Amino acid sequence: MTARPAQAAAEGDTAPGEAPDDNLRRFAAIWSRAIYPVTATSMTRAEFEDHLVPLARILRDTLRAAPFDPRAAVQVGTALIAAHCTDPEALPSILGIIDAYLVLYCPPQPALPADESRVRCARLQHAVSVGFSQALRERTLREQESLSRAALAAQAEAESALAASEARFRAVFECAAVGIGIADLDGRVLEVNDAMARMFGGRERLMRHNVSYWAQADKEPDQRALSAELLRGERDGYHMEKAYPRPDGSVLWANLQVSLLRDPAGNPQYQMALMEDITERRGLLSRLRHQATHDALTGLPNRALFFERLDQALTASGPTGRIGVCYLDLDGFKTVNDSLGHAVGDRLLVAVADRLSDCVTGPDQIVARIGGDEFVALCTDPADQHEVTDLATRILQALSTPVLVDGRELPVHGSIGIVHGPVGDRTAADVLRSADITMYRAKDLGGNRYEVADPDSDARAITRHGLTNGLPGALERGEFFIEYQPLIGLVDGAVHGAEALVRWCHPAHGILGPDRFIPLAEASGQIVPLGRWVLEQAARQAREWQDEHDGDGAPRVNVNLSPIQLHHPDLVAEVARVLDETGLSPRSLCLEVTESALIGADEDQLKPLRQIADLGVDIALDDFGTGYSNLSSLRWLPLSVLKLDRAFTRGMRQHPADPVDLKIVEGVVSLAHGLGLTVTVEGIETRTQAEHLRALGCDTGQGWYYARPGPPDRLHRLTLADAS
Amino acid sequence: MTDRPSWAPQGIDLTVPSVSRIYDYFLGGSHNFEVDREAGRLVMKALPGIAKIGQANRAVMRRAVRFALDHGITQFLDIGSGIPTFGNVHEVAQAASPEACVVYVDNDPVAVAHSRAVLEGNERATIAAADLRDPRSILEHPEARRLLDFDQPVALMLVAVLHFLRDDERPAELIATLRDALAPGSVLVITHGTLENSPTVAGQHAAHEVYRRTSTPVVTRTTAEVEPFFDGFEIVEPGIVPVAYWRPDSPSYDEDDPVLQVLAGVGLKA
Repeated sequence: MTARPAQAAAEGDTAPGEAPDDNLRRFAAIWSRAIYPVTATSMTRAEFEDHLVPLARILRDTLRAAPFDPRAAVQVGTALIAAHCTDPEALPSILGIIDAYLVLYCPPQPALPADESRVRCARLQHAVSVGFSQALRERTLREQESLSRAALAAQAEAESALAASEARFRAVFECAAVGIGIADLDGRVLEVNDAMARMFGGRERLMRHNVSYWAQADKEPDQRALSAELLRGERDGYHMEKAYPRPDGSVLWANLQVSLLRDPAGNPQYQMALMEDITERRGLLSRLRHQATHDALTGLPNRALFFERLDQALTASGPTGRIGVCYLDLDGFKTVNDSLGHAVGDRLLVAVADRLSDCVTGPDQIVARIGGDEFVALCTDPADQHEVTDLATRILQALSTPVLVDGRELPVHGSIGIVHGPVGDRTAADVLRSADITMYRAKDLGGNRYEVADPDSDARAITRHGLTNGLPGALERGEFFIEYQPLIGLVDGAVHGAEALVRWCHPAHGILGPDRFIPLAEASGQIVPLGRWVLEQAARQAREWQDEHDGDGAPRVNVNLSPIQLHHPDLVAEVARVLDETGLSPRSLCLEVTESALIGADEDQLKPLRQIADLGVDIALDDFGTGYSNLSSLRWLPLSVLKLDRAFTRGMRQHPADPVDLKIVEGVVSLAHGLGLTVTVEGIETRTQAEHLRALGCDTGQGWYYARPGPPDRLHRLTLADAS
Repeated sequence: MTDRPSWAPQGIDLTVPSVSRIYDYFLGGSHNFEVDREAGRLVMKALPGIAKIGQANRAVMRRAVRFALDHGITQFLDIGSGIPTFGNVHEVAQAASPEACVVYVDNDPVAVAHSRAVLEGNERATIAAADLRDPRSILEHPEARRLLDFDQPVALMLVAVLHFLRDDERPAELIATLRDALAPGSVLVITHGTLENSPTVAGQHAAHEVYRRTSTPVVTRTTAEVEPFFDGFEIVEPGIVPVAYWRPDSPSYDEDDPVLQVLAGVGLKA
């Protein structure tokens, strides 16, 4: 389509003597000056002018050709279009220059009449016009077609990309594990994916209802407000956890994200819900939470949950709020475990837990198991103390019926410590300690009862607690010492021996008598090492007295044996070892055993005592007459001494003495002597008492009338005084 | 509008005028639809010399291509190439140097499709559908990677495209990203619309209004505002000047005056 000079218009035709190219160039220059400004070409003016020269030559040659055929000029118009001279407004300039200058610069050769030249020039212009128009039309059509093709191609490409994109989105939509649903702004559900259909038990059920039905499934005003804002385009989304009823009656928990879809102009168009089924996760979490906060055996809240609730109760209501706590410990549970086994013990605990659960009357009360056989009931902000004591009463009542385990009726009792009152600045630990202490008070008072905490009892108990804790170390630190109270022969008034009485020189509480700490030592098991120490010390002391008295007439020593020591398997060996190590004559040692320790003892249990007696050690029955003294037992117990309790001697302090007491003591002494036992009397405080008792035939006396307990050297002085 | 993932296709809306088709219309082409011509006519009414501006812009581009060829550069990256009407870079470059390689880049899917048709069979010229606003996507485009060796100098052509970027699209930073990928000795060619030397401010504003209706409004800039685009390049003589004055082939004529409304500059990377 580029313009090529017609072969017909050969340069050789130019007449000699002319400079045809000069004229041709001149014409092209004029032509170019007229057309260039209206041509959208990137050629420079010079280039454009060069470009026009061949076209000018065609015009010249066509003008001259014989026969004249203007059709050759058609290609000039075509070539101009090809050179981007496409503006229709250029055509007048193109033709105007041909009209005015072509014949002038390139006259026909041989010369033609002027009319003929003019006609030919006009016909050339017609031909150029034809070429220009045809080429312009073809070019326009071609370009339009190519553009349309391009547009179609681009569109097809975009559509296929869109289709691919949609296919990808569709795959995401269909295969997503999260539920996806799209609804219009009126709430009509347009599309849901499989995951969502599964969650709601079917596509039809989902599509049947409007979004508002699902949104207000549990009547949440929050969501209604959020949804309204979303639909108005004021927010782009919201997020919540939500419960939906399922057709089978179960509940679906979903993590819901609702988003607004807008049209390209930004107007709200659709709403989309993304929904994740978190039912199992929630279930698992709540199971884990339940496991972490509940006792596996009984299913009751555990210690952690109890403290959590107690902390809440203590902080939520402020210092003026009130709390009530019942701390329950089963009486004698350890015995059940030890004798019947843990399986039975566990079943007993489960039964107790069930009964306790029934005692709770409202959501402000919980019962927790916080230890082996320890349970706590918490009342949050009780109306008054009655509400708490009523709960304790219900608990005791609930435990009053024996529990049936394996066809065996197990009696079950408990002791309850109650803490009630304003929260104040108490911590959970304070409250529980107070309840614990009070529970022990209830236990000490016989159990199967409740006691209410008061500050004084707490303080005492705290001391008791402190003493118990201090006992083990006290022995190592040498805080114990022994005083000796003389035993006086009533006939001769001489010192026959002394009872060893242990004292605790406590760093904080001063000197404590055995009544303050022996029960604690017995309860904690510390009595065994302590008793051993006392025996060793007393035996060593008696041995010293023996040495000082050259054996004969030296005071004997009486040492108390607690029931626990009595049942300790090493007792006999211990006594033998002490005698061996100190070299004390067994005759100089007397072990005092209380009547209550021997009650119900069978021959096996008495065996150690008999073995000790066989060693030559005397055994005294202490506190005789305080219990249900079984006189017949005196026949077979390995005894040598009977110590009458001071209760018998009170009536003899004055003159005349109580005749009944006199008769009783006379009878007992007679019985004892009949069985070969000597009789010692405790608590002699007056001369009158001493005389009565001597008259009644008692052998030995002990009491303030003679001497208070004191250090061993004082006894030594007394004996020396006797001897003199 | 929410962000679309990069693999989600852009739609084609032929009812919106396209700058590349309007430009074709100015250059006397017929690669345009009525909607483009309507917009083009409005611009021409506002700025009667706009067709000449386009033409002069093509001319200066051609001169700049020759400048690059004179510096031994045979690789061309023409971003915002539009509809290949005539006097395109590959025509000029490959006419002078047959081994010249040209990568055109445009974000108009129709222009891309058209260019693809025009370039079919040309082993050393190609078109990449990408956007100047994401220069990495251009540098990493497989077509660019295939045809251009970035270890050798490249002529980066930003002809009549930067005035379609708003300031908040940070054109200087986009150019810097491209620049950093270019080897020393590379050339940067920029032509840019300006209000400086404008005969009628009102006309310019009217043209702005028309372009606002296209998907790409026009942001004119002054010489001082265009100069930072050459950061990292040494601007060659005669500096940033109206297109007609940038190394003209012949003295200019009076009728070329409207051409003063586009600036041209060429830089050499050290």
